[in-house]
Amino acid sequence: MELRMKVSKSFGAFNLKTDFTVTGDHVGIFGESGSGKSTLVSLLAGLSRPEEGEIFLDGECLFSSHRGIEVPPQRRRVGIVFQQPSLFPHLTVESNLLYGYKRCAPQHRTIDLAALVSVLKLDGLLKRGVNKLSGGEKQRVALGRAILANPRLLLMDEPLSALDDSLKFQIIHYLKSTSERFGIPYLFISHSLLEIRLMTEQVLAVAGGRIIGQATPEQLARERMGQSQVGYINVLKGEALRKMGGLHVYRWGTAELFVSAGDDGPSATFELSSRDIILFKKHPEAVSARNLLKCIVVDTFPSGNKVGVELRCGSETLIAEVVMQAADDLAIQAQNEVYAVIKASSFRRLG
Amino acid sequence: MLLLTSADYDAIRLSVKVALAATVISLPFGFVFAYLMTFFKFRGKALLEVMVNLPLTLPPVVMGYLLLVALGKNGWLSPLLEPLGIRLIFTWKAAVLASAVVGFPLLVRSIRIGMESIDYQLVQASRTLGARGLDTLLTIILPLSRHGIIAGSSLMFARSLGEFGATIIAAGNIPGVTQTIPLAIYEYAASPTGETAALSLCVVAVAISVLVLLVHEFLSTKLARRD
Repeated sequence: MELRMKVSKSFGAFNLKTDFTVTGDHVGIFGESGSGKSTLVSLLAGLSRPEEGEIFLDGECLFSSHRGIEVPPQRRRVGIVFQQPSLFPHLTVESNLLYGYKRCAPQHRTIDLAALVSVLKLDGLLKRGVNKLSGGEKQRVALGRAILANPRLLLMDEPLSALDDSLKFQIIHYLKSTSERFGIPYLFISHSLLEIRLMTEQVLAVAGGRIIGQATPEQLARERMGQSQVGYINVLKGEALRKMGGLHVYRWGTAELFVSAGDDGPSATFELSSRDIILFKKHPEAVSARNLLKCIVVDTFPSGNKVGVELRCGSETLIAEVVMQAADDLAIQAQNEVYAVIKASSFRRLG
Repeated sequence: MLLLTSADYDAIRLSVKVALAATVISLPFGFVFAYLMTFFKFRGKALLEVMVNLPLTLPPVVMGYLLLVALGKNGWLSPLLEPLGIRLIFTWKAAVLASAVVGFPLLVRSIRIGMESIDYQLVQASRTLGARGLDTLLTIILPLSRHGIIAGSSLMFARSLGEFGATIIAAGNIPGVTQTIPLAIYEYAASPTGETAALSLCVVAVAISVLVLLVHEFLSTKLARRD
């Protein structure tokens, strides 16, 4: 997918003005509420009209003020999954799913209902009214409905914001697996850096109606580490090994992690704040924390008034954060060996 | 025991016919008007709104007189109607028109309330799923406005059944031709021997009104269950 948007749009005192080109299949738009993310979505989908500028998607002009081109939303083939599922309440799940499919030109119909229902696990729900579904089911149907319209680009506008944490990470799995399975590129819009990191490969940062940067999610996370209340969030994927003394043990790369928030599933993803990692210069003899990982310092970087430390733990990477004085005391610099100590209760399960 | 004459039966039949015709004819116009007023911004919208709601505030007799002036033999619209051989004044069609004009704002208001309760994101979702404007109107807005349409139609029908002032001016009070239940009751009330007959027609009017409300309630409950 290649998207070029050079547009301006004003609402009262708010003014959106962008000029960017982005290429990639999993692109994020990150910004705080009111930064202009949803306006961008609306302009791209054709739901509102820029005052001037142009929009090109994969070389096709969707809007050009000076050439007088404005492709209507129904002909753009740009699907949207909104924050609220916005399912048609008078239709069944099946009719909702087929709404876009029936309106899609036959030559574009490459995804069929049966395949989608199977991927999204909607088998038992097809004849139900949408008001009888749970929040997670509704969002899966909304995703399926958008995908079945066979769009060439899917816009996901904060699709996880209305869901609670436990559902959020289940839906992330569906969002990723469905778009990958059917080869549909997406633009994922969120104010959550964690969601952006889990969903995208590159990201546009938006603030005050302007694009303020374009980076990988990892770069953005490190840049914003010092400003964040919770530091850098490490995302760790582990394979369940065993249970021991009320804790779950997971294989993480070549290391083992002792986690109190585990479950009986074969694998799990956890988040761990960089501020929950304590670094030791030497092997501490005895600590109450259950995880003691021998690491090599790969790099250090400034993070507000602290220092971010990139660590290599076997085959995996971990970002820790220490105050400057501690970095000096521990002589933290590239290639040095340190021990990272993490409490079993510091891991938060994502899904 | 109801004491109804054949003229009373004519009045009952005519009342139902006029109310039904006024409601059915007004419904598509009311729906389109409510749609325009709910989903579009355009120049002169406020003025149009005032014009449509005017019958709510004007005495019905004034509306009837305006219809008479517009549609009468030398009325404003006679150059248009006469060549086509259309004569409305003092026919049952004038009663339909009078009821339609007076009841129209009630119909539009109810449909608008229904439309305004539709989440606009549903309309947007439908557009991004490939629906054109008319397609969205018919497949999303129309079915989701059905509560408002039913409420508006019931109100309009009931209002038409009771319409008196505009009807008596524009259609007259001709038994068997333009005399509806309210006009017949009016005539009986003015006669020293008409009390029983007037009361009988009142009972019929109450019965029809209760029936309309019951049908409205039944349809609303049925829709609410489906939702």
